[in-house]
Formats: sequence, C-alpha cells, structure tokens
Amino acid sequence: MFEMTDRKIKWLFISPTILLLLAINIFPLIWTIYLSFTNYRANRPGRPIDWVGLDNYRKLLTDSDVWGYLQTTAHFVSVSIILQTILGFGLALLLNKNFKGHSFWTTIILLPMMLSPAVVGTFWTYLFQPQSGIFSYFINFFANVGPLNMIGDVHLAPWAIIIVDTWMWVPYVMLICLAGLRSIPGSIYEAAEVDRASKWRQFWSITVPMVLPFLMLAILFRAIENFKMFDMVVQLTSGGPGSITELASINLKREAFEKWKTGYSSAFAVILFVTVFGAANMYVKAMNTVKNR
Amino acid sequence: MNNNIKTSINYGKWASGIIVILYALITIIPLLWIFMTSVKSQSDSIAYPPKVFSEFKLDGYVNLFTTQSRQTPEYMESLSPPETWYEESVRERNMIITGPSRYGGRYLNSLVIGFGSTFLAVFLGVLTAYAFSRFKVPLKDDILFFILSTRMMPPIAISIPIFLMFRQLGLSDTYAGMILLYTAVNVSLSVWLLKGFIDEIPREYEDAAMIDGYTRLHAFFKVVLPQAATGIASTAIFCLIFAWNEYAFALLLTSGEAQTAPPFIPTIIGEGGLDWPAVAAGTTLFLIPILVFTIFLRKHLLRGITFGAVRK
Repeated sequence: MFEMTDRKIKWLFISPTILLLLAINIFPLIWTIYLSFTNYRANRPGRPIDWVGLDNYRKLLTDSDVWGYLQTTAHFVSVSIILQTILGFGLALLLNKNFKGHSFWTTIILLPMMLSPAVVGTFWTYLFQPQSGIFSYFINFFANVGPLNMIGDVHLAPWAIIIVDTWMWVPYVMLICLAGLRSIPGSIYEAAEVDRASKWRQFWSITVPMVLPFLMLAILFRAIENFKMFDMVVQLTSGGPGSITELASINLKREAFEKWKTGYSSAFAVILFVTVFGAANMYVKAMNTVKNR
Repeated sequence: MNNNIKTSINYGKWASGIIVILYALITIIPLLWIFMTSVKSQSDSIAYPPKVFSEFKLDGYVNLFTTQSRQTPEYMESLSPPETWYEESVRERNMIITGPSRYGGRYLNSLVIGFGSTFLAVFLGVLTAYAFSRFKVPLKDDILFFILSTRMMPPIAISIPIFLMFRQLGLSDTYAGMILLYTAVNVSLSVWLLKGFIDEIPREYEDAAMIDGYTRLHAFFKVVLPQAATGIASTAIFCLIFAWNEYAFALLLTSGEAQTAPPFIPTIIGEGGLDWPAVAAGTTLFLIPILVFTIFLRKHLLRGITFGAVRK
C-alpha cells in the first residue's frame, strides 16, 4: 500500500472531498434549480410535479413584498457594515499603539464573534427587555428616554438586530484591520517624517491605502455573511414586529418550511444564491490581492 | 523638544488604552450579565431596575436539568423530607422533580455531532490540502475556488433538497446525517486552512526522507503530519466551533433524537414561563467551551476567520 505512485496518491487524497461536496452541495443545488421551475410541494410527496417554467421567478420578481424583504436585507447589511467598519477600524488604530496590556483587552473584545449567533439572539432578547433588561437601563442611565422596547417597537427593532450584529462582528473587522496596520513597514513612516509630511497626510496617503485591501476583504466577507443572515435574527425578532425585520432568508424559511411552497421558495433560493455567488467571486479576487502583496 | 514629543506619544498611548478598555468593558457586559443571571432567582432576574447584586441561587441550573410539576400544599406535606439540596430548593416553590430534562441529551448530541464531523472534516481536509500543496493538479485554482464557494451557499438555499434527500435516505434526525452534513460544510474551511499550513512546511523535509528510503505515504505520515500538528489542531478547533454553533440546518433537519443544543436552548424559556435563569444557565454551559477554545486559538484566530487569506 505504501508503494503507491504520486499520481495515485494525488487522486486518492482529493476525490473523497470532491465526492462529498458534489453529493451534499452540488447535487442539492442542481435539485433546487430544477425544483424552482416546478410547483412541487414537499408536504404532499404523492402529488405529480408540474413544470411551470419561469412562473416562480416571475411571481417573485414582481412581488412588492419580496422586494421589501430584499430592501430590509440590504438596509441591515449596509448599516451594520458601516458601523462595524468605523468601530473596527477605529479600534484597530488605537490597538496599534501597543499600550500596556493591549493583548489581554484584544482577547476580551474578540470573544463575541466566536459565539453561536442563535444563542446570542436568544440571550439578547433578555437583555433587550424593556423593564428588566440591562440595555434599556444602561441607555436610560445616560439619557432619560424611558423604557425601550427594542424588540416590540417598529422603529427600534431594526436597530436591535443591527446593534447585536455590530456587537458580535466589530472584532472581526478590527482583527483584520490590525493585521493590515501591522503589515505596514515602519520605514515608510520614517521616510514621510523626513519629508515633513503631517500626521494627517501620513494617515491618508500611507495608512488608509495600505489597510484598504484588508478592510475590503473584511467588508466583503461580512456582507456575504449578513446577506445570508438567519439564525441570530430569527431568535431575536423572528422578522417582527409585523415584517419590519423580515430578512430574505427568514422569509425563505417561512415559504419553504411553513407554507411548504417548495417550488416557489426554490426559485427564491436560486436568486439569493446567485447574488452570494457573485459576491464570493469578488471575495476570492480580493483575497488574492491581499495575498500577493 | 524631544521631551515634548515623548510626552505627547505617551498621552496618545494612554488615551487609546482607555478608549479600548472602555469598549472592551462594554462588550463584555452582556456576557457577564448572562453568567450572573444564571445564578439569580427567577424574581431577581426580572426585577426592575435590574439587580446587579442579588442572592446566589442555583435554581436556574436545577430547572435546566430537571422537569418539575406543581403540587398542592397538602401533597407536599405528605412527602418524606427531601434527600438532596436541589430537591429542597425545588420544594420551596411547591414543586417536585419528576425527572431529568432534555438539556443533557441535547448537549451530548452537540458533542457527538461536533467531534464526529470535526474528525471527518479534518481527516479529508488534510489529505486534500496535501495533494493541492505538493502535486500538480489540473485546474487547481478552479477546484480550490469551487471548494471555497460551497461555504458561501446560504444554508437555507440548499436545505430544501437536503431535507428531501435525508427524508428519502432515512437520514433525517440522525447522527450520521448531521455529521455528514457538517463535514461537508466544514471541509472547505479545513482544506483552505490546512493548505496554508502545509505550504509553510518546507518540501525539503519530505525529499530528504524519501532519499533515505521512505515512500511518499511514509513521508506524509511520519514527516508532514507531525510538522502540521499545530495547524491541524487549530483547524480542528475552528471546525468544532462551527459545528457547535450551527443552528439553521439543526433547526430544519433535527427534532428529537439528534437535535443539538442551539435549537433547543430557546425552547427552555417556554417550559417554565419566563424562566430566564434557566435560559441563562443553559447558555452559560453552552458558551464556556467556546470561550476557552477562543483563548487557546488566539494566535491562529485571524487565519481561521479569513480562510487563510491573512496570516500575519
């Protein structure tokens, strides 16, 4: 057995992974695409499956509710990413000053991003309680606005999911930006110092351009993840109140596993997948830019 | 002049230190609050204003692990005295323990599925990563991109056919089904991370071993694997954390036998009205392993969360 040629070893080592991915990712994906052209309902397995062509797609793309969910998703993705970029990049700049004990405090800041989003959503419902919740109490400590019903209020619920997402993912942006900052050789700043460039100037013409590829990578990854966002928001608001925080994937789950409109929701899934896949393509290109530096 | 610059730099350090520490404290409060809630009594947990200092009670943990039923005072008096401290604490509320809850079982399911899928994902990953690192593979970049892109799929998007497929094959709500599924999701991360780690091991080590008469496979097992041990360990922890945290597939594909803890924890609230201490206790026990692992992983964290794109 140990006498195998390199060629045999190569294929023996690669094929199990590829087969597994074909069986559990690609085959289901093709099945989803097929189902998206039918009126199949998974809760009625006996019923004959009818080919309906592009009907599901037409229905989806002309439904103003669906556009609304996509808009809600876009809003959630963009606001949470803007906040995470500002806070994450800011913290990275501060941490890069290497004050005493910075490594300990970095570890503390990092903890939320490793937690289970569904469990995070669950315990934040407790923290967001209007009366007994610590969040409302904390805000009222600084500004007397009265009990905040973060989850039940139409105006506050979108902020509730943005706040929790930001709490979880600022460390992600921070950590990647910090790597970017640490990759800048000190000699560049020394040269700028000799040329009497102001600190402000140094920041905009050295720091920002050097960190940008790293930041782009972080943003793109966050965008993909938040576009798929399901677990944390399901637990926190489950799309409510009304459908104020109904993100695309939450609605997809409702259509697929509560209303059992399998064909229709498969078409929805394909639309989401194509969007994410486009972003993933950009992600890999961004990764290569970072790597090749 | 020199002195001035020095003090201004020190002020800058001080100020940034203080801001970062403030942020860290704010960020850790929610977690500390949950840990504290788990040792409060139910009435303290819903007190207004929120109580920072409260009596130390283990009711949350007792409720988490047991099912209870309410009894009449007459019945309570007819019972023989409680044998254990937890029975005593339950009886104070006119309740008796009727049996263990399902939390322990769900936690065990999380462990079995987590470790099972991690082992498989790392095993497959290290083989594939080695082949991609050392051999010429046609369409190498395309295959690697394909492997990565499977990770980008929204779980809900492929969950419909997986649901149908598992129903056909009898894999719904089984360990085997969940382990297979999590392995497939994790193997992309595992291949990308391990390829990075193996790329860093000089080829000369294997070449030297092979000149000494080792076959390629011997060299792989005896030279490359030991060299990649740290990388394998940190990849395993990343896979384990993912499987431990996963919710969407678990929610849709498991209901009883193989249900993991994340879809179960939210249901704890319903079982005892607004039993926040029990929820907090369940959350605490679920989160502690992740917190410990995160601290261990600190050095390789950046690599793991970017699929090896940023290595520092």
